[in-house]
Amino acid sequence: MSKAVSELNGARYAGLAEVADAGLRGMITLRGDLDSAVLKSAVQAATGAGMPGIGRISVAADGAVAWMSPDELLLLVPYEEAGAKLAALQAALAGEHALAVNVSDARTYLRLSGEGAREVLAKVSPVDLDPAAFGPGQFRRSRLAQVAGAFWMEEDGSFGIICFRSVGEYVFKLLKTAAHPQSKVGVY
Amino acid sequence: MLILECPYCGVKAEETELAAGGEAHLKRYGPGSSDDEFHDYLFMRENPKGVHFERWRHANGCGKWFHAARCTMTLEVFGTYPAQTTEPPQEICDKITAKRPGWSWREFSDGRKSSAA
Ligand SMILES: [Zn+2]
Repeated sequence: MSKAVSELNGARYAGLAEVADAGLRGMITLRGDLDSAVLKSAVQAATGAGMPGIGRISVAADGAVAWMSPDELLLLVPYEEAGAKLAALQAALAGEHALAVNVSDARTYLRLSGEGAREVLAKVSPVDLDPAAFGPGQFRRSRLAQVAGAFWMEEDGSFGIICFRSVGEYVFKLLKTAAHPQSKVGVY
Repeated sequence: MLILECPYCGVKAEETELAAGGEAHLKRYGPGSSDDEFHDYLFMRENPKGVHFERWRHANGCGKWFHAARCTMTLEVFGTYPAQTTEPPQEICDKITAKRPGWSWREFSDGRKSSAA
Protein backbone atom coordinates (compact mmCIF):
# COMPACT_ATOMS: atom_id res chain seq x y z
CA MET A 1 0.00 0.00 0.00
CA SER A 2 1.23 3.49 -0.79
CA LYS A 3 2.11 5.87 2.00
CA ALA A 4 -0.74 8.19 2.98
CA VAL A 5 0.05 11.91 2.98
CA SER A 6 -2.08 14.82 4.10
CA GLU A 7 -3.43 17.09 1.41
CA LEU A 8 -1.35 20.09 2.51
CA ASN A 9 1.77 17.94 2.88
CA GLY A 10 3.27 19.83 5.81
CA ALA A 11 2.55 23.38 4.61
CA ARG A 12 3.15 26.20 7.14
CA TYR A 13 2.87 29.95 7.19
CA ALA A 14 3.79 32.37 9.96
CA GLY A 15 2.25 35.83 10.04
CA LEU A 16 -0.16 37.35 12.58
CA ALA A 17 -0.70 33.74 13.57
CA GLU A 18 0.85 30.48 12.49
CA VAL A 19 -1.15 28.40 10.04
CA ALA A 20 0.04 24.82 9.75
CA ASP A 21 -0.97 21.51 8.25
CA ALA A 22 -1.83 19.40 11.30
CA GLY A 23 -1.17 16.20 9.41
CA LEU A 24 -3.19 13.03 9.14
CA ARG A 25 -5.90 12.52 11.75
CA GLY A 26 -8.25 9.60 12.09
CA MET A 27 -11.85 10.83 11.90
CA ILE A 28 -15.01 8.82 12.33
CA THR A 29 -18.44 10.30 11.76
CA LEU A 30 -21.01 8.73 14.06
CA ARG A 31 -24.73 9.28 13.80
CA GLY A 32 -27.19 7.84 16.26
CA ASP A 33 -29.07 8.45 19.49
CA LEU A 34 -26.64 10.47 21.60
CA ASP A 35 -28.59 9.60 24.76
CA SER A 36 -28.04 5.87 24.28
CA ALA A 37 -25.90 4.32 27.02
CA VAL A 38 -24.54 1.77 24.53
CA LEU A 39 -23.44 4.53 22.17
CA LYS A 40 -21.88 6.54 24.99
CA SER A 41 -19.76 3.66 26.21
CA ALA A 42 -18.73 2.75 22.64
CA VAL A 43 -17.59 6.34 22.08
CA GLN A 44 -15.69 6.31 25.37
CA ALA A 45 -13.99 3.06 24.42
CA ALA A 46 -12.97 4.36 20.98
CA THR A 47 -11.59 7.72 22.05
CA GLY A 48 -11.03 7.68 25.81
CA ALA A 49 -13.14 10.83 25.95
CA GLY A 50 -16.60 11.30 27.41
CA MET A 51 -19.68 12.71 25.70
CA PRO A 52 -19.32 16.40 24.87
CA GLY A 53 -22.06 18.88 25.69
CA ILE A 54 -23.84 20.79 22.93
CA GLY A 55 -21.32 22.82 20.94
CA ARG A 56 -18.34 21.34 22.74
CA ILE A 57 -15.46 18.93 22.23
CA SER A 58 -14.15 16.59 24.90
CA VAL A 59 -10.49 15.76 24.58
CA ALA A 60 -8.55 12.79 25.95
CA ALA A 61 -4.91 11.72 25.55
CA ASP A 62 -4.96 10.64 21.89
CA GLY A 63 -8.63 10.96 21.01
CA ALA A 64 -11.46 13.47 21.12
CA VAL A 65 -15.22 13.66 20.56
CA ALA A 66 -16.91 16.68 19.02
CA TRP A 67 -20.62 17.55 19.06
CA MET A 68 -21.71 18.02 15.44
CA SER A 69 -25.52 18.05 15.72
CA PRO A 70 -28.25 16.55 17.95
CA ASP A 71 -27.63 13.15 16.36
CA GLU A 72 -24.04 13.33 15.17
CA LEU A 73 -20.57 13.17 16.68
CA LEU A 74 -17.11 13.40 15.16
CA LEU A 75 -14.58 11.07 16.76
CA LEU A 76 -10.91 11.97 16.45
CA VAL A 77 -8.49 9.06 16.79
CA PRO A 78 -4.91 8.27 15.70
CA TYR A 79 -4.87 8.00 11.90
CA GLU A 80 -3.40 4.49 11.79
CA GLU A 81 -5.99 3.19 14.26
CA ALA A 82 -9.09 4.57 12.50
CA GLY A 83 -9.89 1.30 10.74
CA ALA A 84 -9.61 -0.83 13.89
CA LYS A 85 -11.48 1.74 16.00
CA LEU A 86 -14.28 1.81 13.43
CA ALA A 87 -14.58 -1.98 13.44
CA ALA A 88 -14.72 -2.04 17.25
CA LEU A 89 -17.27 0.76 17.25
CA GLN A 90 -19.49 -1.01 14.74
CA ALA A 91 -19.30 -4.22 16.75
CA ALA A 92 -20.22 -2.38 19.95
CA LEU A 93 -23.13 -0.67 18.20
CA ALA A 94 -24.62 -3.83 16.71
CA GLY A 95 -28.40 -3.63 17.08
CA GLU A 96 -28.32 0.11 17.78
CA HIS A 97 -29.84 2.56 15.32
CA ALA A 98 -26.49 4.12 14.47
CA LEU A 99 -24.10 4.64 11.58
CA ALA A 100 -20.33 5.05 11.75
CA VAL A 101 -18.06 5.86 8.81
CA ASN A 102 -14.31 6.42 8.51
CA VAL A 103 -13.94 9.89 6.93
CA SER A 104 -10.23 10.39 7.72
CA ASP A 105 -9.16 10.75 4.10
CA ALA A 106 -12.05 13.06 3.23
CA ARG A 107 -10.75 15.80 5.49
CA THR A 108 -7.95 18.30 5.92
CA TYR A 109 -6.83 19.16 9.42
CA LEU A 110 -5.05 22.44 10.24
CA ARG A 111 -3.72 24.17 13.32
CA LEU A 112 -3.93 27.91 13.84
CA SER A 113 -1.83 29.17 16.74
CA GLY A 114 -0.16 32.26 18.14
CA GLU A 115 -1.32 35.59 19.48
CA GLY A 116 -3.31 36.55 16.40
CA ALA A 117 -5.19 33.24 16.10
CA ARG A 118 -8.57 34.60 17.25
CA GLU A 119 -8.37 37.56 14.95
CA VAL A 120 -7.30 35.55 11.91
CA LEU A 121 -10.16 33.08 12.36
CA ALA A 122 -12.67 35.85 13.05
CA LYS A 123 -11.83 37.43 9.69
CA VAL A 124 -13.05 34.38 7.80
CA SER A 125 -15.92 33.10 9.94
CA PRO A 126 -19.24 34.63 11.15
CA VAL A 127 -18.59 33.46 14.73
CA ASP A 128 -18.13 35.62 17.82
CA LEU A 129 -14.55 34.82 18.83
CA ASP A 130 -14.35 37.23 21.74
CA PRO A 131 -12.67 35.44 24.69
CA ALA A 132 -15.92 35.83 26.65
CA ALA A 133 -17.88 34.07 23.91
CA PHE A 134 -15.49 31.38 22.69
CA GLY A 135 -13.00 29.55 24.86
CA PRO A 136 -11.15 26.25 25.20
CA GLY A 137 -13.36 23.20 24.73
CA GLN A 138 -15.87 24.97 22.52
CA PHE A 139 -16.51 23.47 19.11
CA ARG A 140 -18.24 25.17 16.22
CA ARG A 141 -19.37 24.08 12.79
CA SER A 142 -19.61 27.11 10.62
CA ARG A 143 -18.29 28.71 7.47
CA LEU A 144 -14.72 29.60 6.53
CA ALA A 145 -15.30 32.31 3.92
CA GLN A 146 -16.97 30.36 1.11
CA VAL A 147 -16.73 26.80 2.40
CA ALA A 148 -18.00 24.75 5.32
CA GLY A 149 -15.56 24.17 8.16
CA ALA A 150 -15.40 23.33 11.84
CA PHE A 151 -13.05 24.47 14.55
CA TRP A 152 -12.43 24.28 18.25
CA MET A 153 -10.13 25.87 20.78
CA GLU A 154 -7.51 23.88 22.66
CA GLU A 155 -6.43 24.58 26.23
CA ASP A 156 -3.33 26.39 24.92
CA GLY A 157 -5.45 28.86 22.93
CA SER A 158 -4.68 27.40 19.52
CA PHE A 159 -7.42 26.30 17.13
CA GLY A 160 -7.90 22.94 15.47
CA ILE A 161 -9.61 23.42 12.12
CA ILE A 162 -11.26 20.77 9.96
CA CYS A 163 -12.56 21.13 6.42
CA PHE A 164 -13.20 18.94 3.44
CA ARG A 165 -10.01 17.71 1.77
CA SER A 166 -11.18 19.07 -1.57
CA VAL A 167 -11.05 22.64 -0.22
CA GLY A 168 -8.01 22.21 2.04
CA GLU A 169 -5.73 24.29 -0.14
CA TYR A 170 -8.37 27.02 -0.35
CA VAL A 171 -8.68 27.14 3.45
CA PHE A 172 -4.91 27.20 3.93
CA LYS A 173 -4.51 30.11 1.50
CA LEU A 174 -7.50 31.86 3.03
CA LEU A 175 -5.97 31.70 6.51
CA LYS A 176 -2.59 32.67 5.11
CA THR A 177 -4.08 35.81 3.58
CA ALA A 178 -5.97 36.62 6.78
CA ALA A 179 -2.70 36.23 8.72
CA HIS A 180 -0.74 38.65 6.51
CA PRO A 181 1.54 40.68 8.84
CA GLN A 182 0.24 43.98 7.50
CA SER A 183 -3.44 43.10 7.95
CA LYS A 184 -3.69 43.43 11.74
CA VAL A 185 -7.01 44.75 13.03
CA GLY A 186 -6.32 44.36 16.77
CA VAL A 187 -9.92 43.84 17.79
CA TYR A 188 -9.22 41.12 20.39
CA MET B 1 -28.50 41.29 8.86
CA LEU B 2 -30.93 38.62 9.96
CA ILE B 3 -29.89 36.62 13.02
CA LEU B 4 -31.81 33.46 13.96
CA GLU B 5 -31.11 31.24 16.95
CA CYS B 6 -30.92 27.61 15.91
CA PRO B 7 -33.23 25.67 18.28
CA TYR B 8 -30.99 22.58 18.08
CA CYS B 9 -27.49 23.86 18.75
CA GLY B 10 -28.38 27.18 20.35
CA VAL B 11 -26.11 29.10 17.99
CA LYS B 12 -27.17 32.63 17.17
CA ALA B 13 -26.53 32.20 13.48
CA GLU B 14 -26.32 35.09 11.10
CA GLU B 15 -27.80 34.83 7.66
CA THR B 16 -24.71 33.56 5.86
CA GLU B 17 -24.70 30.46 8.05
CA LEU B 18 -28.28 29.67 7.08
CA ALA B 19 -30.19 28.57 4.01
CA ALA B 20 -33.73 29.82 3.44
CA GLY B 21 -36.32 27.10 2.87
CA GLY B 22 -39.45 29.02 1.97
CA GLU B 23 -42.81 29.14 3.66
CA ALA B 24 -43.50 27.07 6.78
CA HIS B 25 -46.36 24.70 7.61
CA LEU B 26 -47.36 23.88 4.03
CA LYS B 27 -49.93 21.14 3.85
CA ARG B 28 -49.07 18.68 1.13
CA TYR B 29 -51.67 17.61 -1.42
CA GLY B 30 -50.64 14.60 -3.45
CA PRO B 31 -52.37 11.67 -5.15
CA GLY B 32 -56.14 11.80 -4.73
CA SER B 33 -56.31 15.56 -4.30
CA SER B 34 -58.12 17.87 -6.70
CA ASP B 35 -56.28 19.84 -9.37
CA ASP B 36 -57.01 23.07 -7.49
CA GLU B 37 -55.63 21.72 -4.22
CA PHE B 38 -52.48 20.47 -5.92
CA HIS B 39 -52.08 23.76 -7.78
CA ASP B 40 -52.40 25.79 -4.58
CA TYR B 41 -49.98 23.51 -2.74
CA LEU B 42 -47.42 23.91 -5.48
CA PHE B 43 -47.74 27.58 -6.32
CA MET B 44 -49.76 29.65 -3.86
CA ARG B 45 -47.60 31.29 -1.18
CA GLU B 46 -48.15 33.94 1.42
CA ASN B 47 -46.40 37.23 0.83
CA PRO B 48 -47.26 39.22 3.95
CA LYS B 49 -46.11 42.63 5.06
CA GLY B 50 -45.71 41.72 8.71
CA VAL B 51 -45.91 38.41 10.57
CA HIS B 52 -44.52 35.50 8.58
CA PHE B 53 -43.53 31.90 9.22
CA GLU B 54 -40.59 30.38 7.38
CA ARG B 55 -38.39 27.31 7.18
CA TRP B 56 -34.64 27.74 7.54
CA ARG B 57 -31.75 25.32 7.62
CA HIS B 58 -28.63 25.72 9.72
CA ALA B 59 -26.65 24.78 6.62
CA ASN B 60 -23.20 25.93 7.73
CA GLY B 61 -23.71 24.48 11.17
CA CYS B 62 -25.60 21.53 12.64
CA GLY B 63 -27.37 21.00 9.32
CA LYS B 64 -30.87 20.83 10.80
CA TRP B 65 -34.09 22.40 9.51
CA PHE B 66 -36.06 24.64 11.83
CA HIS B 67 -38.89 27.18 11.79
CA ALA B 68 -38.74 30.92 12.33
CA ALA B 69 -41.50 33.44 13.06
CA ARG B 70 -40.56 36.96 12.08
CA CYS B 71 -41.82 40.26 10.73
CA THR B 72 -41.04 40.90 7.07
CA MET B 73 -41.39 44.64 7.53
CA THR B 74 -39.14 45.27 10.54
CA LEU B 75 -37.03 42.06 10.39
CA GLU B 76 -37.94 41.53 14.05
CA VAL B 77 -37.67 37.86 14.98
CA PHE B 78 -40.40 36.58 17.30
CA GLY B 79 -38.80 33.20 17.81
CA THR B 80 -37.50 29.98 16.30
CA TYR B 81 -38.74 26.45 16.94
CA PRO B 82 -37.99 22.88 15.83
CA ALA B 83 -39.15 21.50 12.48
CA GLN B 84 -41.04 18.57 13.98
CA THR B 85 -44.36 20.37 14.21
CA THR B 86 -47.25 21.23 11.87
CA GLU B 87 -48.15 24.49 13.59
CA PRO B 88 -46.44 27.27 15.54
CA PRO B 89 -46.16 26.50 19.27
CA GLN B 90 -48.44 28.48 21.60
CA GLU B 91 -45.43 30.16 23.18
CA ILE B 92 -44.41 31.62 19.80
CA CYS B 93 -48.00 32.71 19.04
CA ASP B 94 -48.15 34.46 22.44
CA LYS B 95 -44.95 36.33 21.70
CA ILE B 96 -46.34 37.51 18.35
CA THR B 97 -49.65 38.51 19.94
CA ALA B 98 -47.80 40.60 22.51
CA LYS B 99 -46.08 42.54 19.73
CA ARG B 100 -48.66 42.43 16.93
CA PRO B 101 -52.17 42.21 18.43
CA GLY B 102 -54.69 41.08 15.84
CA TRP B 103 -52.19 39.28 13.62
CA SER B 104 -53.21 36.48 11.33
CA TRP B 105 -51.39 34.22 8.88
CA ARG B 106 -53.11 31.46 6.93
CA GLU B 107 -55.22 29.56 9.49
CA PHE B 108 -53.26 30.88 12.47
CA SER B 109 -54.11 34.11 14.22
CA ASP B 110 -54.13 36.18 17.39
CA GLY B 111 -55.10 33.91 20.28
CA ARG B 112 -57.03 31.17 18.56
CA LYS B 113 -57.14 29.31 15.27
CA SER B 114 -59.83 30.43 12.85
CA SER B 115 -61.70 28.06 10.57
CA ALA B 116 -60.80 30.09 7.48
CA ALA B 117 -58.18 27.62 6.26
ZN1 LIG C 1 -27.88 24.48 14.52
